[in-house]
Amino acid sequence: MTTLGLTGIERLAEAFASARADGRAAALMPYQMAGHPDLASSVEIGIRSADAGADVIELGVPFSDPLADGPVIHAAATAALRAGVRVHDALEVAAKLAPRIPVVVMCYANPILARGLERFADMLAERGVSGLIVPDLPFEEAPAMSAACEQRGLALVPLVAPTTPPERLAMIGARARGFLYAVSVTGTTGERRALDDELPNVLARARASTSVPVAIGFGIATPAQAAAAASAGADGVIVGSRLVRAAGEADDPAAAVGDLVAGFAAALRDVTLG
Amino acid sequence: MTTISAQLEHRFGPYGGQYVPETLMPALHELEQAWVDARADPAFGARLTDLLEHYVGRPSRLYLAERLSEAAGHPVYLKREDLNHTGAHKINNALGQALLAQRMGKRRIIAETGAGQHGVAAATACALLGLECVVYMGTEDMRRQQPNVARMRLLGARVEGVEAGTRTLKEAVSAAIRDWVATVADSHYVIGSCVGPAPYPALVRELQRVIGDEARAQLLEQAGRLPQRAIACVGGGSNAIGMFYGFLDDDEVELIGVEAAGEGLASGRHGAPLTAGGRGGVLHGSYSAIMQDEDGQIREAHSISAGLDYPGSGPEHAWLRDQGRARYVAVTDAEALAAFRRTAELEGIIPALESAHAIAWALANRSSELDVICLSGRGDKDLAEVLARLGQSG
Ligand SMILES: Cc1ncc(COP(=O)(O)O)c(C=O)c1O
Repeated sequence: MTTLGLTGIERLAEAFASARADGRAAALMPYQMAGHPDLASSVEIGIRSADAGADVIELGVPFSDPLADGPVIHAAATAALRAGVRVHDALEVAAKLAPRIPVVVMCYANPILARGLERFADMLAERGVSGLIVPDLPFEEAPAMSAACEQRGLALVPLVAPTTPPERLAMIGARARGFLYAVSVTGTTGERRALDDELPNVLARARASTSVPVAIGFGIATPAQAAAAASAGADGVIVGSRLVRAAGEADDPAAAVGDLVAGFAAALRDVTLG
Repeated sequence: MTTISAQLEHRFGPYGGQYVPETLMPALHELEQAWVDARADPAFGARLTDLLEHYVGRPSRLYLAERLSEAAGHPVYLKREDLNHTGAHKINNALGQALLAQRMGKRRIIAETGAGQHGVAAATACALLGLECVVYMGTEDMRRQQPNVARMRLLGARVEGVEAGTRTLKEAVSAAIRDWVATVADSHYVIGSCVGPAPYPALVRELQRVIGDEARAQLLEQAGRLPQRAIACVGGGSNAIGMFYGFLDDDEVELIGVEAAGEGLASGRHGAPLTAGGRGGVLHGSYSAIMQDEDGQIREAHSISAGLDYPGSGPEHAWLRDQGRARYVAVTDAEALAAFRRTAELEGIIPALESAHAIAWALANRSSELDVICLSGRGDKDLAEVLARLGQSG
């Protein structure tokens, strides 16, 4: 199934294009953990983020052993699981958000394998999800998932890291659909005080490797950092732990995340296009 | 795979693979290449062999345990890995990997530990080679393996307590991997068992197969025959795979891996994914037999022995099982405790609780002509825990 008559891949392309057309240097892509602090708030957070200027929602599926995540997102996943959130529930959040904003689901490999790749891809497509990120499925392990996504017009978004050497970057970039996720730091997710000095190089190398947009993520926690990443050449900016922390701490999680997203959106609007 | 030619097995049938964040992939390739180069380098081999002999004390003894044999009704030989320096088989792997790290120019070692034996082995190798060492350990394991925590600190390692989940081995491995993701440029992760992403399962097996290779030669010399059964406990499976490899091509030798049944397989509170069966899954970078729910969330393991308290297993074991080459069974906490005590009383040997699982199975399953059991470690570390338990049960 497609939403608005577009495949997931097409919908993501459109989201990046319309951010550009709006005169914004980069698309804003907030991350949230499905079911954190609870399922109803998750939907509300996604809607408010869209209202506040998000272009794409990255929706995390809680997993027991999230190896690529730092303490904040790990704790959010643990809390969601303790509260009884199931993979199915997380995908229902995606279904509720998808009519409003393109959704990319971020899910570790094992919950996907537990259902079977094909079945999981069907579930995403039926819910109008646009893309999938699997943080522990590197290039070598991805072909079957990649084919399952391709068949359904879903974007399987690969990650590249500062440690990824050039020949590998080229292979990964060629396989990327939707966008290429450039990890800004050598490390797990989490807020960082400063952007890595290597960021412009990481971005330039990623961009040269692929024909799809390049989004930067991991460690971006302030509007100023988001703007700097956009100036450095990112087509999209992913903000995770900062927002997840707010969702966990605030009395009104949707309002708190919405306000933060508005701040990031404003910062990206002020970046002059190079 | 077309781009990088695998030089160690990445897959064992459907099991294994490299399910890790992209950040680590270049380091895994580098590690594989470094090992392939090192093992072809006579100087590296000579240095490792020399240390294994003079520092670790290899070959470890093969001992005919006469009173245990009497109790079992057939000859039982113990492969005495408990006599190694640091008191377990873990040093074979830790020393090999630490030497490799040194060769790769990595000055910082990360390790995880459950029982503390691998942590102690890693800390020891680092002290010997002058490398920095950080060991992740669940706080529940720090409690039940207190002497090993003190030992690691004395050896100059930093012990980082891990509070997540049930505060045991699974979370310690996860914390170690997260550290490595952030420090991969100058750190090497010395994983403690034949688990994790390729090339670790094959690398650890190559470093542990000395157990089985020695045992085979010693048996031929001392008993004049091969065993009917080669038996070893399985946490991740490193002492077992090391033992099994000595006999893999001897079709008549039965290979028995003994997992932790904890409070009983039916209770769900165990550490026996190979025995329990079910769908395979991905944990800590490889696809293997694991404990999980229908949603693919990893379940918590349970065992009285910290070294077997793990919901995953080495991918090569899952494949040996599926092929029918090795058989996996499980022994409860209570049975292991009884065997722990029995071994002390009959042989004057206090075994690690992990190893006591293997002995318990041999004692309970008598129909054999000759068993060789891997006595993977000594039990000093377990005294406080065991005495508390025995006190409870009178
Ligand atoms: C003495 C001893 N035996 C066995 C094990 C289990 O590990 P493996 O299955 O890798 O041999 C441990 C782990 O800590 C141990 O300390």
